[in-house]
Amino acid sequence: MSAVTVTPQRRIGWGVVNAVVLLYAFVPVVWIISLSLKGDDTLNDGSYLPMNPTGEAYSQIFGNSDFLRALVNSIGICVIATAVALVLATMAAYAIARLEFPGKRAIVATSLLISMFPQIALVTPLFKIETAIGIFDTWPGLILPYITFALPLGIYTLSAFFREIPWELEKAAQMDGATPYQAFRRVIAPLALPGVFTTAILVFIACWNDFLFAISLTSTNAARTVPAAMSYFTGATTFEKPTAAIAAAAVVITIPIVLFVLFFQRRIVAGLTSGAVKG
Amino acid sequence: MSTVAPPPTDAVDPLEQDDEAVAIARQRASEGRRAERRLGLMLCAPAVVVMLAVAAYPILYALWLSLFRADLRTPDENEFVGLSNYVTVLSSPIWWQAFGITMFITVIGAAAELVLGMLLALVMHRTLIGRGLVRTSALVPYAIVTVVAAFSWRFAWTQGIGWLAGDSAPLTDRWPSIWIIILAEVWKTVPFMALLLMAGLALVPEDLLKAASMDGASAWQRFWRVTVPLIKPSILVALLFRTLDAFRIFDNIFVLTNGANGTSSVSMLAYNNLIKGLSLGIGSTMAVLIFITTAIIAFVFVRLFGAAAPGGSEKR
Repeated sequence: MSAVTVTPQRRIGWGVVNAVVLLYAFVPVVWIISLSLKGDDTLNDGSYLPMNPTGEAYSQIFGNSDFLRALVNSIGICVIATAVALVLATMAAYAIARLEFPGKRAIVATSLLISMFPQIALVTPLFKIETAIGIFDTWPGLILPYITFALPLGIYTLSAFFREIPWELEKAAQMDGATPYQAFRRVIAPLALPGVFTTAILVFIACWNDFLFAISLTSTNAARTVPAAMSYFTGATTFEKPTAAIAAAAVVITIPIVLFVLFFQRRIVAGLTSGAVKG
Repeated sequence: MSTVAPPPTDAVDPLEQDDEAVAIARQRASEGRRAERRLGLMLCAPAVVVMLAVAAYPILYALWLSLFRADLRTPDENEFVGLSNYVTVLSSPIWWQAFGITMFITVIGAAAELVLGMLLALVMHRTLIGRGLVRTSALVPYAIVTVVAAFSWRFAWTQGIGWLAGDSAPLTDRWPSIWIIILAEVWKTVPFMALLLMAGLALVPEDLLKAASMDGASAWQRFWRVTVPLIKPSILVALLFRTLDAFRIFDNIFVLTNGANGTSSVSMLAYNNLIKGLSLGIGSTMAVLIFITTAIIAFVFVRLFGAAAPGGSEKR
C-alpha cells in the first residue's frame, strides 16, 4: 500500500465515497435521535433535525414503570443467556477445535442447522410447551430459546478462534517448569480471552436484537423485553401518539450497543468473519 | 465404558523393559485416545442437549401437532385430522400471498444486499483514507436492534411526522410498503454481507491483480475475471446466510405495516395464527412448511452451487 502514491484527486474521490458510507450508516440513526428530542410543539413539523430539542420524552420513559421493567428484563435475560451460552459454547468449541472424537461432524452439522432454523417454526410448539410446564411469560421462558440460538453462533466463532491458538505453547511452558494450571492461566487464557470476549459481544447483540420470541412467549411485563415493550407503548393520553417516547426508548437501547461496537470494531469484524473465511 | 486401567507394574525385569515400555506406551496412547474421545463428548454434551431439547424436540412436536385440530379456544375438540391442516393451508390464497411476498422480499433483498454489500466491501477493502472510520461506521446498522431501525423508517414515512413523508403516506399502500420493508431489511444487513465479502477479498493475492493489470486488464475485467472467481465461496456463504435470514423476515414487517394491505410474510402469518387465532394445529402446519422451505433453500445452495457450510468442513 505504501508504494501507491495518493494523488489529491484520489484522496478527494475516496473522501466522497467515504462520506456516502457515513451518510448511509448514520442517517436513520440521527433521525431517531432527533425525533426523541422533539417536543409536542415540533413533533409534527417533519424536519430532520429538532428545532427546539427537549428531554421530555426521556423523562417520560424513565418515569414509566413498564419501560423500566422492560429494561431490567432485557438486561437480565440477555446477560444470563449470554453467560450460559458462552460457557456451554466454550466447552463445545474447545472440544471441536482440539479433540478428535466420534460425532464431531454431526455436532457441527446440528448447530449449523439450528443457526439456519426459522425461529417462527419454534414459536408455536414452544408456546404450547412453555404454557404446559409453566415457564411461559417468565425469564427462563426466553432465556432457553436465546441460549439455543446463541449456541451455534458461539460454537462457530469460538472454534474458529481456538483453532488459531498455538497450543504448543502450553507444552513449551510446562517444559519450562510451569504447572499445568500456570500454563493455562499465563499462556493459554490470555490467548483465548479476546476470542471469548468477542463472542460474548456477538451473542449479547443477537439476544438483545430478538423480537419474535420476546413478543410471542410473553404476555405481561413480567418478562417482556424492550423491543417487545416498545410496540405496546401508549401515550400520556389515549389520543396522544407515543412517537417521541418510542424514539427515546429506541435510543436508550441502541446507544450503548453502538458505542460498544464502535469501541471494539476490530474484534467484532474478526468475530463476524471468522466462521466464514475458514469455510 | 468401564475400562479400568491395570495397576502400574513397579518391578520390571530390565531385559523385558523395552518391550514392556512399548506395550505400556501403546496402551497409554490408546487410553489417551479413549480419554480424548470421552472428554470431547462430555464437553459437547451440554450444548448438544440444550440444542436438541429446545430446537429439535419442538420441531418434532410441531410436526405432531400439525396433524391435529388443536385450537386453544376449543381444547376439548382436539382430534387427529391427518393431513387436513396441510390441505387447508396449502389451498389458502392467504398462505400463497404471504409466501409470494416473502419470496419476493427474499430474492430482491438478497440481490440488492449482494450488490451493495460488494460495493461496501470494496470500499472498506480499498479506501486509501479513513479506513478505520469507514469500517467502524459500517458496523452501525449491524449493531442497531432491528425493531429500532424499523421504527426509524416507519416514523420517517409517517404522514405529518416524517422527514421523508411530506404529504404522502406510503405505508398505507401495498407496493410502497413492500419497497420500504425491503429498504429497511437491506439497510440493516448490507454491512454484515460486506464484512463476509471483505473477508473473502482479503484472500485475493495482490500480485495476481497486479499481473492482470500489467496484461492490460481493466479494473472491471480484473474484478469479474480475477476477484469474483476467487471469492466465489465467500459470496455463496454470504448469500446462503442472507437468503435464509431474509426468508424468516418478521420484525421489520411487524413494525412497519403489521402485515396490513397484503404485506404479511409467512412468519407474520404463522405468528398471527398462533397469537390472534390461537390455532395451534394450523400454526404448527405453517411452522413445518416454513421449516421445509428453509431446508430446500439450503439444500439448493449447498448442492447446486456448492456453498460450503462455514466451519463445517475444516479439512478443506
